[in-house]
Amino acid sequence: MSGPVLLDAQHIVKHYGSVEALRGASFQARAGEVTALIGDNGAGKSTLIKCLSGAEQPTSGRILLDGGEIHLDSPTTARRLGIETVYQDLAVAPELDPAANLFLGREIPRRGILGRLGMLDKAEMRRRAVEEFKRLGVTLQSTDVPIGSLSGGQRQSVAVARSVVWASKVVFMDEPTAALGVVQRERVLEVIRRVRDEGIAVVLISHNMPEVLSVADRIEVLRLGTRVARFVAADTRLEDLVAAMTGALTQDEEVA
Amino acid sequence: MSATTDIQSTVEGGFAKRTLRQRLVGANTFWIALVLLALIVVFTVIAPEQFATLFTFQTLLIETSVLLVLSVGMTFVIITAGIDLSVGSVLIFAGMMCGKTMEWLCGGDATSAGWGVIAIGLVAAVVSGTAWGLLNGFLIAVAKIPPLIVTLGTMGGALGAAYLLNGGSDVRSVPSALNKTLGYGTSFGGVPNLVIVAAVITLVGAWLLHTTRFGRYTYAVGSNAEAARRAGIGVTGHLLKVYLLTGFLAGIAGFMSLAYYASTTITAHTTDNLNAIAATVMGGTSLFGGVGTVLGTVIGVFIPAVLKKGFNITQVQDFWQMIAVGAVLIAAVWFDQRRRRARNSR
Repeated sequence: MSGPVLLDAQHIVKHYGSVEALRGASFQARAGEVTALIGDNGAGKSTLIKCLSGAEQPTSGRILLDGGEIHLDSPTTARRLGIETVYQDLAVAPELDPAANLFLGREIPRRGILGRLGMLDKAEMRRRAVEEFKRLGVTLQSTDVPIGSLSGGQRQSVAVARSVVWASKVVFMDEPTAALGVVQRERVLEVIRRVRDEGIAVVLISHNMPEVLSVADRIEVLRLGTRVARFVAADTRLEDLVAAMTGALTQDEEVA
Repeated sequence: MSATTDIQSTVEGGFAKRTLRQRLVGANTFWIALVLLALIVVFTVIAPEQFATLFTFQTLLIETSVLLVLSVGMTFVIITAGIDLSVGSVLIFAGMMCGKTMEWLCGGDATSAGWGVIAIGLVAAVVSGTAWGLLNGFLIAVAKIPPLIVTLGTMGGALGAAYLLNGGSDVRSVPSALNKTLGYGTSFGGVPNLVIVAAVITLVGAWLLHTTRFGRYTYAVGSNAEAARRAGIGVTGHLLKVYLLTGFLAGIAGFMSLAYYASTTITAHTTDNLNAIAATVMGGTSLFGGVGTVLGTVIGVFIPAVLKKGFNITQVQDFWQMIAVGAVLIAAVWFDQRRRRARNSR
């Protein structure tokens, strides 16, 4: 279970004016593993994810992907490098159907002159969408209803699918199960496991510690803008995580 | 029917498309089409001699042509969850620019102008309409001012500018060649040319909205602008294009109106904006964005027109038409809201 380090963020610093959101935070994610990023509110999780997905630019620090340094000046750049993000909210267009959402911003044009005029190949997109949903274990009653008429879990599954279908390296998921019920949450976690099994590095932000322990392979803990602890999930107890988050336990990772 | 569906959904593993009937019943457009059909049937039964005639339908189509072109543009704008109050004024401004340009080219009276002059007049109308669209789009998409306020401002601005261009009076010297062909001419044994132009524009609009990437992005921006932005869609640029398109169509509508009335009809288009919005919304386009069809808008344009014609023929005072349209409009929005609430509570 120890794939190579795929994404390696080193000593990331991020200032917002005089506020120091990240004070030299490091973070590593490995291919084929789910790495959970946890921490109390204000620990800098979201800021770190934003820096690593191109939504914000760090004040200083290095980001390595596959060993080479990368500069993420926009989410589009990150996407081109195979890094996708699932947002907690605002992720889908509720009036469009699942296939349209899956291909949003990446529509398949028709062949030939019609495609050059901007016509879309809806049948091909629907066919590929059904294929991808099946592969990821997302079940839908129908593919031609607006996504807003689906249940919350299905909607979120489509949102997750939309990112992972296009991710070739890393997927960030910011609280993907926050608004879901138990059954729906399990369904999303199942999708996360499948994605991991395909060799993609999954980074999961969650406040739900049992969920983190059940789905994550590794856990990294942020506190006050720096990484304070790293765990392998298999031999970690809930108490350790809480201790690390609150500052009762530190592994002095950043000093080393 | 249901047996086939069952088998299909088993084979597809739950990814079946809905049957044609399910989709029909679920579509707003279907119900509003029934209303239009019912109106036509009722008036035909009451006054078969006068209502169900070729002449009635010809005039009905001609009278709705200009509004239809405005409403096609309005459909795009409302699907992006926007609004454009300025289309009527832009129509007048474009007609005025067209008329003044043609008069200037002919040194005063343009009645006997040739096709070269008319073509330049068309360009003037389209360019001035598009320019207002560009201004709307810039203020809404780039400066991020709410569309209601921007287009309320440009509504007054375009009308005022149109008045200023000719000292507040109409331009009446319109080339008779234009009036005879586009205004009153017919092709294919009786189809008015004005209607053909409107139909072609509507078909192109429907094609653009329902089959192309431009249309898909229009829905996405209206449905969830933030999601569209995150998916890498240039939301600002797209909104700009949509308002530009509406201005462009208002410019063409101005040219069509000038051809038909042989006058700039400054005072006749002040409620065109509201009529276009009413037609679009009645046709099932949601004011909250993300939902709408060109076909629905076509039906929405014809409902008030059929009511008015029907009331005229059956000698009901046609003021009732305004009341009826108002009621249908409110009912349409009410249904849309209920649908949304039912969906969001899941």
